[in-house]
Amino acid sequence: MTTGPSSSVAFVRQALVPAAPPPPGQTGAMRWVRENLVSSWFNAILTLVAIYVIWSVLSGVLPWTLNGIWNAGSLNECREIRDARGLETAACWAVINERWLQILFGFYPTDDPLLARVFYADAYAAAGGYDAVFGAASNATDRIAFVGAMKAELGNLTIFFFGYWRPLVALILLVIAVAPILYSSLPRKMLLFSLAYPFIAVFLLWGGSVWGPVTVALGLVASIVVARSVSAQSSALFGGLASILFFALFFFNPLGVLGVQGLFPLFPHVKGVFDAALPFGITAIPSDIFGGFMLAIIIGTSGIVLSLPLGIALALGRQSSMPLIRWVCVTFIEVIRGVPLIVWLFTASLLLNYFLPPGTSFDLLLRVIIMVTLFASAYLAEVVRGGLAALPKGQYEAADSLGLDYWKSMQLVVLPQALKISIPGIVNTFIGLFKDTTLVVFIGLRDPLGLTNAIRATGEWNGIYWELYIFVGLLFFVFCFFMSRYSMYLERKLRTDHR
Amino acid sequence: MKKSIFLGTLAVAGLAAGFASAQTMADVQARGTLKCGSNEGLAGFAAPDANGNWQGFDVSLCRAIAAAVLGDAQAVEFVPLTSQTRFTALAAGEVDVLVRNSTWTFSRDTDLGLDFVGVNYYDGQGFMVRTDLGVSSATELDGATVCIQTGTTTELNLADFFRVNNISYEPVPVATNAEGQQQYLAGACDVYTTDVSGLAATRATFENASEHVILPEIVSKEPLGPAVRHGDSEWGDVVRWTLYALMNAEEYGVTSANVRELASAPTNNPEINRLLGTEGELGAMMGLSNDWAVNVIASVGNYGEIFESNIGENTPIGLARGLNALWTDGGLQYPMPFR
Repeated sequence: MTTGPSSSVAFVRQALVPAAPPPPGQTGAMRWVRENLVSSWFNAILTLVAIYVIWSVLSGVLPWTLNGIWNAGSLNECREIRDARGLETAACWAVINERWLQILFGFYPTDDPLLARVFYADAYAAAGGYDAVFGAASNATDRIAFVGAMKAELGNLTIFFFGYWRPLVALILLVIAVAPILYSSLPRKMLLFSLAYPFIAVFLLWGGSVWGPVTVALGLVASIVVARSVSAQSSALFGGLASILFFALFFFNPLGVLGVQGLFPLFPHVKGVFDAALPFGITAIPSDIFGGFMLAIIIGTSGIVLSLPLGIALALGRQSSMPLIRWVCVTFIEVIRGVPLIVWLFTASLLLNYFLPPGTSFDLLLRVIIMVTLFASAYLAEVVRGGLAALPKGQYEAADSLGLDYWKSMQLVVLPQALKISIPGIVNTFIGLFKDTTLVVFIGLRDPLGLTNAIRATGEWNGIYWELYIFVGLLFFVFCFFMSRYSMYLERKLRTDHR
Repeated sequence: MKKSIFLGTLAVAGLAAGFASAQTMADVQARGTLKCGSNEGLAGFAAPDANGNWQGFDVSLCRAIAAAVLGDAQAVEFVPLTSQTRFTALAAGEVDVLVRNSTWTFSRDTDLGLDFVGVNYYDGQGFMVRTDLGVSSATELDGATVCIQTGTTTELNLADFFRVNNISYEPVPVATNAEGQQQYLAGACDVYTTDVSGLAATRATFENASEHVILPEIVSKEPLGPAVRHGDSEWGDVVRWTLYALMNAEEYGVTSANVRELASAPTNNPEINRLLGTEGELGAMMGLSNDWAVNVIASVGNYGEIFESNIGENTPIGLARGLNALWTDGGLQYPMPFR
């Protein structure tokens, strides 16, 4: 190699050549199109076909959706407006505009006295105030006329926010109660509110005396206190038995078989004392007028919350080494899972009454919630069992070798791993459960689909299908989509294997 | 329906032991509301408005009973029942009266332990076809495809009709009236068959109703009426005579507009006087106030008014009176005399 300026090398580049832009067709949108849409002649054909399909669907659906008519009193009015505008097709969203409250809440009553006092005060005073319009001696015909005139003037949004404040507050509190369970970054003290929430929700939705739910809560707390204090003095077994005895005396009448009435259960006595001391309550609403999407949320959330612990217990029971527990769990799971949900719902609504002692008809909604919970828990048990089976045997042995007893080894070692594996399956079951709530339409509860039938039965809206079904479908989609996104978040968060 | 008969029988068997109540009237008066088993939604017969108030032909009868017993036509709690649950609910005492377009049949009246107390609407199964099919009689429907709701009596009636007339058809099974409407409109079947009132209500919703015609043949008898439980004749009397009061009011020209005036003083027609309680003590014989029929007619109108405002020719459903005209006008509605 020679050195120096007088070398035979004609040209030496002193600086780097600036990076040239990639050749056209290898960047940006062009490249994406080439790689993804027309990478081969076969893909190019598929792309053309796909574009044609999308175009033909959208060109049909979009004008129909976007040109929709929002203000009309009936389907025929919709058709007249459409013809007047010279449109070929147009959705008649007016039915949603008029009836969305009914689809959301069914025939759940609005708080008419509140609406009248706040938004319709002049006419309310003119009609004679509370006693004349809503009092015990008032005439139902006049009241319905008054409420009808008031609602026509207020508009649906006012009625939504103030007339339905009870279910709305219950829903907002539900979000607050569920948040600490879903997101572990929130303060743990919020869990106390989550525990209290079921009682608050029952009070808000069903109304009646506030002391009903409070007394139930006190009874449950007292059972736990009894268990703790007796266990501390003697053994855990006696603690459990004492707790069960207290629970039975508080909520049931074990002496009923002997014909002793009146003393037990303690529940009405305690509630009576409270009611006499400090009567407070809101209008009681029987559950047979619950309906609409609210009903789906009530059944869905109760079913989800109750079936998870039950399903885990059943899964553990099925793997138990004690034959009795194992057989009971296996039988339960196979029987419940082997029969369609609709049959269980019919059982709950029609047949259960014949197996219960005469006169003890309990709430249809409660019966449905119990059936849906049992059904979902049988499925969950199998999902969780899948998670348990996927854990290597070494994990169980490791927990045992640490000297952990059964419950501790499950709680600290096995279940956290098994449940993490099962998350997609669990959420799958939950979404299925939530959508299955529409089946209650067959036993006379007014779920959103049942309400679309009722709305269609009116002279104004007979013959309208798509608009109602799309609205109900969207409501369900929003909830199911949230559940699915949450499960993906949870899986990402719990991923510890550094894949 | 087979299933409902089974469930109803079960209901009656289960309740026969403990249920010998003749107390419905006292129960209703103590409760202050009438529990009326109603349809979940049937155009013209029962449907909720935007405020959740029920309206319709059957609903009006419920309101009439409430007006008779309680003096307040709105004091009704409507319990929507499916065709599977309706008879069980009545037998189990969940409703006081069932006014849910239920056909009065032998087995329901006897085996199920129900009492049908009258007929508020004479219906029958009919056929609807497109006008451009050029058919003027159901006997010309040889080889037609027919949309038919499965599991109903209409399915059996259809088979009978085609067999008797020695013509063939191809059934297209549908689950609900809504589905039937859609299938028929989409051209999946040439003929749609169900009760004529339902066909009329369906036809009224079509954009071009004149392109469809309901054929003149009626192939079955469907007398629809209110039902009560066996063994409570007092209550059955109240329901029956409320229905007759509505029809008698029409016969004697008593309407919601003039009833107050006619009831203010005895008229020179003793029939009207007895109906409205200005003469005699007919209300007291049923355990009701003497002006019970005045309350009924003032709040819901007479039978003809109820018919015209809910399903009559000026409504979208547009049914003619036909069989449901009074006997004086050549129909079948023959109210028993108030005497």
